[in-house]
Amino acid sequence: MGKILMKGNEAIGEAAIRAGCLNYFAYPITPQSEVAEYLSRRMPEVGGVFLQGESEVAVGYMLFGAAGCGARVLTTSSSPGISLMSEAISYISSAELPVVFVNIVRGGPGLGGILPSQADYFQATKGGGHGDYRLLVLAPSGVQEAVDMVMMAFPLAEKYRNPVMILGDGLIGQMMEPVEFSDHLKSEPSNKDDWATNGMDTRNRKERNLVKSLFLDAELLEEHNLVLKAKYDRMKQEEVRYEPYNLETDYRALVVSYGTMSRVCKTAIDNMKAEGIEVAMIRPQTLFPFPIDPIRAAAAKDGCQAAISIELSMGQMVEDVERSVQGKCPVHWHGKAGGEIPTPEEVVDVIKSLIK
Amino acid sequence: MAKTYKKPEALSEQVTHYCPGCTHGVIHRLLAEVIDELGIRGRTVGIAPVGCAVLAYNYFTFDFQEAAHGRAPAMATGIKRVRPDLMVFTYQGDGDLASIGMGEIIHAANRGEKFTTIFVNNTVYGMTGGQMAPTTLKGQRTTTSPAGRDVEDVGMPVKMAELISALETPAYITRQTVIKPKYIVRAKKAIKKAFQYQMDRRCFSLVELVSTCPTNWGLTPVEAIKWTEENMLPYFQLGEFKTPDEVEED
Repeated sequence: MGKILMKGNEAIGEAAIRAGCLNYFAYPITPQSEVAEYLSRRMPEVGGVFLQGESEVAVGYMLFGAAGCGARVLTTSSSPGISLMSEAISYISSAELPVVFVNIVRGGPGLGGILPSQADYFQATKGGGHGDYRLLVLAPSGVQEAVDMVMMAFPLAEKYRNPVMILGDGLIGQMMEPVEFSDHLKSEPSNKDDWATNGMDTRNRKERNLVKSLFLDAELLEEHNLVLKAKYDRMKQEEVRYEPYNLETDYRALVVSYGTMSRVCKTAIDNMKAEGIEVAMIRPQTLFPFPIDPIRAAAAKDGCQAAISIELSMGQMVEDVERSVQGKCPVHWHGKAGGEIPTPEEVVDVIKSLIK
Repeated sequence: MAKTYKKPEALSEQVTHYCPGCTHGVIHRLLAEVIDELGIRGRTVGIAPVGCAVLAYNYFTFDFQEAAHGRAPAMATGIKRVRPDLMVFTYQGDGDLASIGMGEIIHAANRGEKFTTIFVNNTVYGMTGGQMAPTTLKGQRTTTSPAGRDVEDVGMPVKMAELISALETPAYITRQTVIKPKYIVRAKKAIKKAFQYQMDRRCFSLVELVSTCPTNWGLTPVEAIKWTEENMLPYFQLGEFKTPDEVEED
């Protein structure tokens, strides 16, 4: 199959089906409602389940129930909706269930706006719900990468028995780009009988399975949290993904940027190269785990005068950039959070103001 | 001599944590008997609520999931939609179902989700220490209504069976109790009927069970039964409120 032109939201829906996810629960919210519209038509065609829940709160638990009995399951939403699902995300994380969440981020806080934003970085990477849990967070910078990450998200969620979040933004959901759907993974993981409430008789299982998050005994809860921590530590070892850009040059500044914003930064870096000023970029593709070591190494390079986190928020990822750089060079932030995306010219001016 | 009364296979060996005089034990047993009789233990998934029955899964021997407060009907929806062959029930108290979970239960019922809800109504939040619930009776003293429920301030107790019966979608909705042997027999029949409707993929079913909470009511088990009969039954009237058959006859 060759390339076809598709809107981001519709491509995300199609990618889920290609990845063998035939169960989708969601609630409408701008700017991602096209995923639900697309899948309300497509799921019946492929014998899948489509259900529009009564609220994002309920949708969170529909995912919980469905994943708990072993089904591969997806939802898509946007910022205020993810806030409502955050209760369920905490429970799902504790119950160690593979669920894929897509957040097509819009501006906040509160109702905010419906234009692109990256202001849910903290919510996605640091919590949102209660308790010690982590999501594996993937950040696409275009429609093709969103498709690839949806395909990747299901096996990752199943490998770790942990929710995976794809953190897009309104632009990725709304724009059209050419996409290609790669050979997809339809095989279900084999280990679900160990934990899923998938029917003792159906699966010839002798012992019953229990999906839960309550540990009233302090020692047992401690043990449970240590198991979760070990999983998050393993993600930090094995799942860090990032794209280096212009990193092989004698750059004078290091940009850290992801998603839609990183595309503007690439143009800015290309424009500066034409002027004879080298600037490098690290684009995190996983926001948790964060590419701490590559950023530290890049910031420590001789001649690098500044690290700049450029993001569509009032300064969230910059905190992770700071703890990555660890004082190897000064760390700065530039961003916007109203829904406008900084232009390449603006980015060039910011970088130039920070280097000699 | 043959055994005529034994522990159902669906019930575990574990001693329950329920207080003396609490009706959860009777209801657990009825559920287990029905599951055994229908031969569905191997394809049943129970959903435990938040409240006294949060640990209900310890007392059964089939698959279980544990919900957040009030969300059991959404979880049951998720399971039933992706695995219609599984038999699914939620087990919920009145704080769980009638307060924080009001939205989930109404919408699951209205969509006609083909699972069964066992709704245990004892007029108070049990696990957290006897606070006022939406079902607390007029004038009833609880730890958050020390002067008695003031209906001018917080409204009248919610009658869930009647409320859900007002929905147009076909369903089986009944209210029973388990405070005396004659009622227990009827309650078991109702639970079995609800599961049968689910097996036949007919409709959503809800069995409300008027229950006791001697500990939080400050009564002995015997007094609690008398209190239930004198105070709850006149307001929460027993009976079948809706069956799918009636709707089809229209």
